[in-house]
Amino acid sequence: MAETQSLQYTPRDFKSDQEVRWCPGCGDHAVLNAVQKALSELGIPKEKFAFISGIGCSSRFPYYMDTYGFHGIHGRAAAIATGVKTANPDLSVWEITGDGDALAIGGNHFIHAIRRNIDINLILFNNEIYGLTKGQYSPTSEKGIVTKTSPFGSVEEPFSVGELVIGAKGKFFARTVDANVALSTQIYIEAARHKGTSVIEVLQNCVIFNDGVHEVVTGKEVRDDRTIILKHGEPMIFGKNNDKGLVLDGLKLKVVKIGENGITKDDLIIHDAYEANPGIQYILANMKYPDFPVALGVIRSVPGNTYETDVENQIEKVRKDSKIKCMDDLLASGSTWKVE
Amino acid sequence: MAKNSQVIKREEVVIRFSGDSGDGMQLTGTLFSDTAALSGNDLSTFPDYPAEIRAPQGTVGGVSGFQIHMGHSVINTPGDYTDVLVAMNPAAVKANARWVKPGGIIIFDKDNFTEKNIEKAGYKSDPVIEEKLDSFNVIDAPISTMVKEVLKDFGLDPKSVLRTKNMFALGMVYWLFDRKLKYTEQYFDKKFVKKPEIAQANKVALRAGYYYAETIEALNPVIIIEPAPIQKGTYRNVCGNAATAWGLLAAAERAGLRTFIGSYPITPATGILEEMAARKDLGVKSFQAEDEIAGICTAIGASFAGYLAVTSTSGPGMALKSEAIGLAVMTELPLVIINVQRAGPSTGLPTKTEQSDLMQALFGRNGECPVVVIAASTPSDCFNFAFEAAKIALEHMTPVLLLTDSYLANSSEPWRIPVVKDLPEIKPPFADINEKPFLPYKRNCETLARSWAIPGTPGLEHRIGGLEKTMKGNVSYIPENHEMMVNFRAEKVAKVADRIPDLKVYGEESGDLLVVGWGGSRGYLITAVNELQAEGHKVSLANFNYIFPLPKNVAEVFSRFKKIVVAELNLGQFADYLRIKHQEFTYRQINKVQGIPFTISEIKEKCVKILEEK
Repeated sequence: MAETQSLQYTPRDFKSDQEVRWCPGCGDHAVLNAVQKALSELGIPKEKFAFISGIGCSSRFPYYMDTYGFHGIHGRAAAIATGVKTANPDLSVWEITGDGDALAIGGNHFIHAIRRNIDINLILFNNEIYGLTKGQYSPTSEKGIVTKTSPFGSVEEPFSVGELVIGAKGKFFARTVDANVALSTQIYIEAARHKGTSVIEVLQNCVIFNDGVHEVVTGKEVRDDRTIILKHGEPMIFGKNNDKGLVLDGLKLKVVKIGENGITKDDLIIHDAYEANPGIQYILANMKYPDFPVALGVIRSVPGNTYETDVENQIEKVRKDSKIKCMDDLLASGSTWKVE
Repeated sequence: MAKNSQVIKREEVVIRFSGDSGDGMQLTGTLFSDTAALSGNDLSTFPDYPAEIRAPQGTVGGVSGFQIHMGHSVINTPGDYTDVLVAMNPAAVKANARWVKPGGIIIFDKDNFTEKNIEKAGYKSDPVIEEKLDSFNVIDAPISTMVKEVLKDFGLDPKSVLRTKNMFALGMVYWLFDRKLKYTEQYFDKKFVKKPEIAQANKVALRAGYYYAETIEALNPVIIIEPAPIQKGTYRNVCGNAATAWGLLAAAERAGLRTFIGSYPITPATGILEEMAARKDLGVKSFQAEDEIAGICTAIGASFAGYLAVTSTSGPGMALKSEAIGLAVMTELPLVIINVQRAGPSTGLPTKTEQSDLMQALFGRNGECPVVVIAASTPSDCFNFAFEAAKIALEHMTPVLLLTDSYLANSSEPWRIPVVKDLPEIKPPFADINEKPFLPYKRNCETLARSWAIPGTPGLEHRIGGLEKTMKGNVSYIPENHEMMVNFRAEKVAKVADRIPDLKVYGEESGDLLVVGWGGSRGYLITAVNELQAEGHKVSLANFNYIFPLPKNVAEVFSRFKKIVVAELNLGQFADYLRIKHQEFTYRQINKVQGIPFTISEIKEKCVKILEEK
């Protein structure tokens, strides 16, 4: 195969000739850079990538990628991507979606793609707002948010993406921040290598309609103390001075300070992303500021059978056992009679 | 077997088996039609069952029926009125008595006509009196008692014993029509190879029914229907849904592609998905989607990835798919969409037939959104039109909508099995790997179809989507570009008319009245027209399979007749469509929306009236 000789890609190889039209300062630009960087490091031939999107600002993404791309309709990217991957498991299929696209109009396809564990990589741009329609609250907007369709404050409870993923039997969930290109690139690579539906929630900033929505957590000055970057096999430690951590307190997590009350680094729990039981991962995915740091990194990554492979295997098995090898065999099978 | 002396030959006969939905009437009907087919008769069958899986026992709502029309000559419909009615309980009499021909035979299980069952069926007194059945040949057989008697030494539980009642009744009908029992016996031997006592019990009940009918001389003379003069070849029975699935699979084989079906279960289309799911041996990828929208969207994804992609549904599902059909139109991907029509609107009558989704098929989308629309006419030609739908979709890079209906889906008829290599070739316009850069919306000058570049092919990376594009595949809001692309898409579909056959006339090429139909009512219309012709009327039939675009010779055909009447199972959708497309003609209408097909007599009656009009 061509993989050995020509796979020295650079991010530039994945840039299409289209002018990127997101607003200046939009978090999407950084996501695009990180994805192009990740792709160049995967060692997968370029023609094997397919980017599928729904509707929304982020869904313009495929136009900016020099790969196979499909810009779908609102909410249906997961279904289209499922069709592509089921048809050709050899492709590396990426779904680009947003909080409205994936969790409101496309909620059904989102949970069922995850349930089937089809091997697609799903990047969910979560800016907690509808941008393309110019500023209405979304299924991830905080209760009380004032928007054009909630002028007196939203009275709806938001979804937590990680909670939904785990509830739908998800096997891979990661969270990153748009501006953190290094962390994002690493996560996209891990997601691509994970077999199964990999959901990556990107805390993404909409400069126009919800500017600074994640700033309280992701701001330069505060982010070290208000986020924790989880790494499999490493203790859950965070803070500007690397002096805070998480310990298990009964069935709950607790933030502790190393050095206080005799706590040492050894008391911190070790992150196990590969643990099938989602108990602690579920708590990690749901941690919220100010009580907890927001978890970033790969929170859950559990191997399992994938839909498209099971489909192929089943076909292979039936093919081997069946006497019907072609249409003529099928038509002649069962009850037939001859008219002479 | 001893046979009574007198026999009478008939050209055709209609038989209806009916009973509670648990009485096994569908199996009984199927076994009878297999025997008829194996005896060389032509035939057509129609199952008629309630939407409820187990409606309250003994009620009219729970009656399940199966009708067979068999003959010595070509049979086009399952028949409207029946010569023989088998009614396993009073409710079956209530539901079906009005469909028995005057003087016809009604066989019923006397033991089931208890006071309670009579009341459940909604009768106040004896159904024979209430329905004035004395003008019929009523055979009230004690079927339950008889099967208990003949199976008393089998050691079966009472429930299993009573389950063979249908075979007793079938045995009686076999005697009436001088049929061999061996095909049905072979079925039981094969079906219950691991439960020989069940096989034996059914065979004994079957034979007991046969001898019972002989003993009481249920009918004298016995009716003989000689084999039909049928073209040589290998035959099988096929229903519309299976034929549809097989037509698609044959097309995939001819195109050298694999098949993907993305569908959500819906009556009466589910059979297509089920048949496809069973065909893993042919490499089919069947996807039972989370909803109708995912059904079509996964199919669109599979089409993008290079498969023959299909989604099957019925009217309500079509409504949900309409946005995605627009996406397939815009991305110009091959896609076969099957609508097995049922009576609507909304949930309507899910198990009943209608042709009322025509306007939805033609126009039910936002924007200028042309889709090829074709319709199948008989259960077996669902195979041909499914094949044709796939061929058009793949060669013209367009969604094609195939309309069948509940009646076609469930009816079956003998079908001469084709040889796949004799079917037409299918050549999708795959992109030339050397043509770089690949322009996704560059068109073939003849068909205006774009080329198909499959993900995974090096160098042909491109983007398509629902937004308006330039030839290069880039998003464009330029007004003139949009208009140009709208026109291209319309013209591409219109050009399909270049390849479709001319509209055919059944009967004389000109005359007083042209009966116009489309899709699934052909069998009824052709039977009515044949009879009218035999009675001396100058009536012909034109039944449309290609709805959009229409065949090119429509006006020429129409102009040869003094009057035109459009007969369809809706309020006049095709008639209205013809009024748009061919305004120069006057269209009369015959319409019916009862969830059941036309009867021959009502079509004839209305045609005669139209012929008499000044």
